[in-house]
Amino acid sequence: MLRYILKRLLIMIATLWIIITVTFVLMISIPGSPFNSEGSSNATVQANLEKHYHLDEPYYIQYLLYLKSIVTLELGPSIKQPDQTVNDLLGRGFPISFELGILTIAVAVISGITLGIFAALRHNGVIDYVAMGLAVLGISVPNFILATLLIQKVAVDWDLLPVATWSSPAHMILPILALATGPMAIIARLTRSTMLEVLTQDYIKMARAKGLSPWKIIIKHALRNALMPIVTIMGTLLAGILTGTFVIEKIFAIPGMGKYFVESINQRDYPVIMGTTVFYSAFLIFMLFLVDIAYGILDPRIKVHKRGGE
Amino acid sequence: MKTAEEMNSTHSPTEIPDEWFTNKIKDTDTAESVSRPSLSYWQDAWRRLVKNKMAMLGLVFLILLAIMATIGPIVSPYAVNVQNLPEQYQSPSIEHWFGTDNAGRDVFTRTWYGARISLFVGLVAALIDVTIGIIWGGISGYKGGRTDTVMMRVIEILYGIPSLLVTILLLVVLGPSLLTIIIALTITGWVGMARIVRGQVMQIKNYEYVLASKSFGAKDSRIIRKNLLPNTMGPIIVQMTLSVPTAIFAEAFLSFIGLGIQAPFASWGVMANDALGAITSGYWWTLFFPAFFISFTMFAFNVLGDGLQDALDPKLRK
Repeated sequence: MLRYILKRLLIMIATLWIIITVTFVLMISIPGSPFNSEGSSNATVQANLEKHYHLDEPYYIQYLLYLKSIVTLELGPSIKQPDQTVNDLLGRGFPISFELGILTIAVAVISGITLGIFAALRHNGVIDYVAMGLAVLGISVPNFILATLLIQKVAVDWDLLPVATWSSPAHMILPILALATGPMAIIARLTRSTMLEVLTQDYIKMARAKGLSPWKIIIKHALRNALMPIVTIMGTLLAGILTGTFVIEKIFAIPGMGKYFVESINQRDYPVIMGTTVFYSAFLIFMLFLVDIAYGILDPRIKVHKRGGE
Repeated sequence: MKTAEEMNSTHSPTEIPDEWFTNKIKDTDTAESVSRPSLSYWQDAWRRLVKNKMAMLGLVFLILLAIMATIGPIVSPYAVNVQNLPEQYQSPSIEHWFGTDNAGRDVFTRTWYGARISLFVGLVAALIDVTIGIIWGGISGYKGGRTDTVMMRVIEILYGIPSLLVTILLLVVLGPSLLTIIIALTITGWVGMARIVRGQVMQIKNYEYVLASKSFGAKDSRIIRKNLLPNTMGPIIVQMTLSVPTAIFAEAFLSFIGLGIQAPFASWGVMANDALGAITSGYWWTLFFPAFFISFTMFAFNVLGDGLQDALDPKLRK
């Protein structure tokens, strides 16, 4: 186990290093970048950049200093807002985005698994068709379109919930719904297919023969095994939810990290783009690492400590 | 049927007539015959795909979409990108079937033009993914050993990179255009395909028929071309039908955050983004048509992919 964790850790660091290096190379190669001394017209900004990136030094020194600044979590100043640093923006935006993300995951996992179980238990019944129809719809409709439709119908036409921002639980319902539908659909489909497979296994028949109650069989015996594939795709789902927050925060005017990120892209605020990308990547890679470890611990069939094990 | 006594009464035991004998079919004859018509793998897969109604619905929709994407902009009397402000926001009518948008452009024309862009981006990105994925995964799985370890490490490192973030970064630097979007989408997109091909190749290369081929002196290139690739085609095709909608979604997403295809091109994502301001004013058609076609195309590829997965799975052959 320790060996496996160590290996994953090394791969994680290599991935991060590649991302950091790629961002650096891309940024020195464009005009108007923070690494280009003619990039800015504002004197304050120029001074900030000079100080942070040591623009008078050769590139390899800049690169090393850039690496150091990332390791020490000093992500540099913003070009467009002279008195702001990337750290300020992240500090303000991250808690909100994190809240949105966590709530979305909770909603998606709980409702997806419930839907999947009922669909599997009523295989080829009405519930199955309705649930799977919903799931296909959820996978097909992009979240930004769903968000727009929700605002139009629920918030504007019916006036049930507030249109935008992130100030009360009522404000959170629509963004979470828009963001969670896609992952929920994927989880529901996966739960259904693995549940159908698991329910035909001999040990389920055995549990039935022993006279266990149906719900005990489903929760304790079937679901536990059906959950493994969901843990496997959790990494991909997390990445999807994370990028989904960009558009959802933009549409609902939620002052999270995603909104700042999209704004910085539109204004070509390079230090903010760089800092946020590196931060997002590090966060996501760390989450993938946790998912991997969780998978190793949860599934007794996988002996992660075995050498060369797949 | 006569009883034994009747037989004995009419005939003596020595003269048994020929018609009493029935020919017993030899076991060896039936052993060779086939209980179902002989179909090739692809014929059988096609037969099963046709039976899957949802998959056929998806396929028919995609074919119609491809036809309209080709001829739609040609038969329409309106240009894709010519602004006509007096005709701004007209609801669907005989002249403008899908209405007009904020700049008075015909939504019908732009929808089919967007279909061209979206399908083009999706298909080209998927093709590049497949090509790189097959080469990388094929070599890695077939060679095995140290080569495989090194190639897999590269994949593992790239797999952790959040692809959409890298795509955004590349587009910010290179500037959004059709070419850069495709490059950005494929730069990490091939990794999933390579993993699938590798897994398949590793499994198949140990089968007897590959060993037989090898013992007849077949070269590596021949074994890869003749034995391994045809037998990995199923999962590759399925993965492809799923990576096309991913690319289409990514393109729409990028257009939506302002990094998409720029004028004079129009993609569905660009149209949806343009329509955002108009939707609350009641101009529903500006958003409805691009949104409907993005969603239905994703749906069509997904159900087609599901259908192909069942049709191409040799284990489900009846």
